[in-house]
Amino acid sequence: MAGVRARQLAFRTFHWTVLAVFSVLLAFPFYWMLITSFKRTGDLYDLRNNPFVFNQKPTLEHLRLLVNETLFLRWLGNTAFAGLVVVAITLLLAVPAAYALARLTGRWGGRIGIAIFLTYLVPPTLLFIPLSRIVAWLNLQDTLWAVIVVYPSFTIPFSTWLLMGFFKSIPPELEDAAMVDGLTRFQAFLKLVIPISLSGILTVVIFTFTLVTQGFVYALTFISSASHQTVGVGVPIYLVRGDVYYWGSLMAACLIASLPIAVLYNLFLDRFIAGFTVGSVK
Amino acid sequence: MGLKNFTSVLQNPTFLRALRNSFVFTVASQILVLVGANLLALVLKNAFPGRRFARFLILLPWVAPVSIGSIGWKWILDSLYSVINWVLVRLHLVKEFSAPMWLGEPKLAMMSVILVHTWHMLPFATVIILAGWTAIPKDIPEAAAVDGAGFFRRMFQIELPMMLPIINVAVLFGVIFTFTDMTVIYILTRGGPYDTTQVLPSLAFFTGILGSDLAEGAAISIFLVPLLVAVAWLMLRSAHRAEVV
Amino acid sequence: MAVVQTRGLTKLFAKGQVGAVVDVDLESREGEFLVLLGPSGSGKTTLLRMIAGLEEPTSGEIWIGGVLVNDLTPRQRRIAMVFQSYALYPHLTVLGNIEFPLKARRMPKEERRRKAQWAADLLGIGRLLGRKPRELSGGERQRVALARAIVREPSLFLLDEPLSNLDAKLRASAREELEQFQKKIGTTTIYVTHDQVEAMAMGDRVVVMNQGAVRQIGTPADVYDEPQDTFVAAFLGSPPMNLLEAAGVIVGFRPEHFHPSAALPADEPVLKLAFRAKHEEYLGAERILYGVLEGGPFDGEKAVARMSSTLAARFAPDVVHDFAVAKKDLKFFDREKETRTEPRALA
Repeated sequence: MAGVRARQLAFRTFHWTVLAVFSVLLAFPFYWMLITSFKRTGDLYDLRNNPFVFNQKPTLEHLRLLVNETLFLRWLGNTAFAGLVVVAITLLLAVPAAYALARLTGRWGGRIGIAIFLTYLVPPTLLFIPLSRIVAWLNLQDTLWAVIVVYPSFTIPFSTWLLMGFFKSIPPELEDAAMVDGLTRFQAFLKLVIPISLSGILTVVIFTFTLVTQGFVYALTFISSASHQTVGVGVPIYLVRGDVYYWGSLMAACLIASLPIAVLYNLFLDRFIAGFTVGSVK
Repeated sequence: MGLKNFTSVLQNPTFLRALRNSFVFTVASQILVLVGANLLALVLKNAFPGRRFARFLILLPWVAPVSIGSIGWKWILDSLYSVINWVLVRLHLVKEFSAPMWLGEPKLAMMSVILVHTWHMLPFATVIILAGWTAIPKDIPEAAAVDGAGFFRRMFQIELPMMLPIINVAVLFGVIFTFTDMTVIYILTRGGPYDTTQVLPSLAFFTGILGSDLAEGAAISIFLVPLLVAVAWLMLRSAHRAEVV
Repeated sequence: MAVVQTRGLTKLFAKGQVGAVVDVDLESREGEFLVLLGPSGSGKTTLLRMIAGLEEPTSGEIWIGGVLVNDLTPRQRRIAMVFQSYALYPHLTVLGNIEFPLKARRMPKEERRRKAQWAADLLGIGRLLGRKPRELSGGERQRVALARAIVREPSLFLLDEPLSNLDAKLRASAREELEQFQKKIGTTTIYVTHDQVEAMAMGDRVVVMNQGAVRQIGTPADVYDEPQDTFVAAFLGSPPMNLLEAAGVIVGFRPEHFHPSAALPADEPVLKLAFRAKHEEYLGAERILYGVLEGGPFDGEKAVARMSSTLAARFAPDVVHDFAVAKKDLKFFDREKETRTEPRALA
């Protein structure tokens, strides 16, 4: 009797300790961004102050500087735009490709699927040199379109592979039934397969959009003027003047760039996990 | 001209150092990620009050752009105003004027980039492992409990082996991503101090793009290929076992 | 060998009544095959899981072999359970699966091997030891699950619908085998099913459950012939008992006791009923006749008769025939409480 109670207590202690330690470790930088964003510069750089609290009144000065005197809002816009275009391109190509491969009978569907997936493994660092040639040839250097053209080369293979798993889990009888009921194969695809695979498609959307917002190397390589930059490169590169770091504004920028995506993610996380499990376990 | 690039690369001590660093960086961060993600998934798979909020906090490092999270860390690890040092000084663990330079001393800098990269990768691995855990039919751990298996035997002999294919996928994704990424290092140390945190991707970038020596940059990145082929092969094997393809 | 006892065992779920168990008192007998029978959601699986220790009771006590086990973990209860899905460990071979409970008990390797071999031979799966569960057929999986359950020679055997994943043909032979097997090893067994044929065929005693409560406990003949309430009467038998209302009581009789008058012995006291045949189902060995009673105490109520196909009589549809039930085959139920009452005269 005592054994069960003691065990439960031990488990509970373990549970909350792990949770507390990891939550603090993982979320601390964001708390730090938050508090730094609103601290007066004098407060920030005074080592005698307790850095965890406001020793002087909070200020909006860093935020004002960020919005008025940098291209931060422009970068946010650029990132959102590039993200949406890449998502659109990816869906347009990966959905039909995955469907075709999933329904391709025999071993070839699977083999081509593997081949497509393998291209995803080719690392960006191998590619930025040849890709920079292509970007130059397309006359896209130093435009947002340089990254928009490049990203689908990673997002499409991965998305195709993920969606293939999804489409394979839908029994072909479903489409047969729809076709017997008078739909064409294309209509069956649009009206049955797509709605059923919605969580898979959502997974692809989230995955693709994150990849664009996360992207660093390509934007850094292909885009040189500040006004065409994405937020992931703009903030760490252009908000640092020489050796001077505007920590307050930097942290405000970090926070603003992270939180909306985080909230969005949390809303869709369960579907995202479902998408991943269907694609990868069965 | 081709071979000359390779021989010059192989004789370059910076390259050899970067090669070694790449392995250290990848292996160390992936081990940390794996252990941490399993612990976290173990905790998060049970329902408890505040689970959604905990999950939100834990996911933050993954959804925030890496470069931006790294900037946050750069401020936390700042040479003068590091909050970690402030705490250590107050706890009398270090002296105020000999506080550690987290990004300025070779060993500490390597440790810092590994930890920050782990911080970034941990949530994704947790999500994948959590998905693996939820995919195990409830009957099976129950059967094991009735069969007389305790908590640890259930975990190590039943649940983890069943999740092995999906853990493999998580690890291999992580390895590929870590081995070929340079964002954390670029932001935190730029490969410094004195190239002690340089890895192959960052070296390729500095040589090929910033140094404008495209050929040598390409030669450096070619060294990533054999490892990636090996990883891809392993990945497909375990994917096949997990009936992915 | 052990006896299971539950006292006032209750399990309530926050989300609703489905699967709840309310105040169950149950006592198994040494070495018996006890079947928990009920429709889905009646709480029979929840009851079994509480005995196994997989579900914590809201209140009440569980005793196994004279020991109060409420606070013992499943592993401390020394029981074996076969799950509906068999819950075989997919990454282990058949041998690994069978040995697992012994390993958990830290039995030395040689003894483990010997016992696993014994269990496998007992179930005729000795040649499958090297295979993985996914390479086995449904029947083979079931045997592996059984072997894994018996290998540690448990004091109590719990089975949760172990035959429901088998196809109909295999199920009949597996049922018989399982029954023989239980007789051979003589371990007290609690068996959950929603299939009354399984319950009747295998059970030494049957526990009929509905909505979390035990409605009746008895031998298959008891529960079939002497149902204690209208639920048991209607749940068992296919087609179920005719339940008709008259003069403030519910009167029940089995379709197979509802005969053409001529088929009953002349000296038998009977209740005569005029039966208008509607339609007939021919099922090979037997015929089921559906119709409506006319006149008498049950005017206008529907009834079913079940006859052997060898009976020569023919029943033209929409014609009134003379039918009768022997008085001894009539069961009386209280109209309000729906429980058995004394026979009484029908007006």
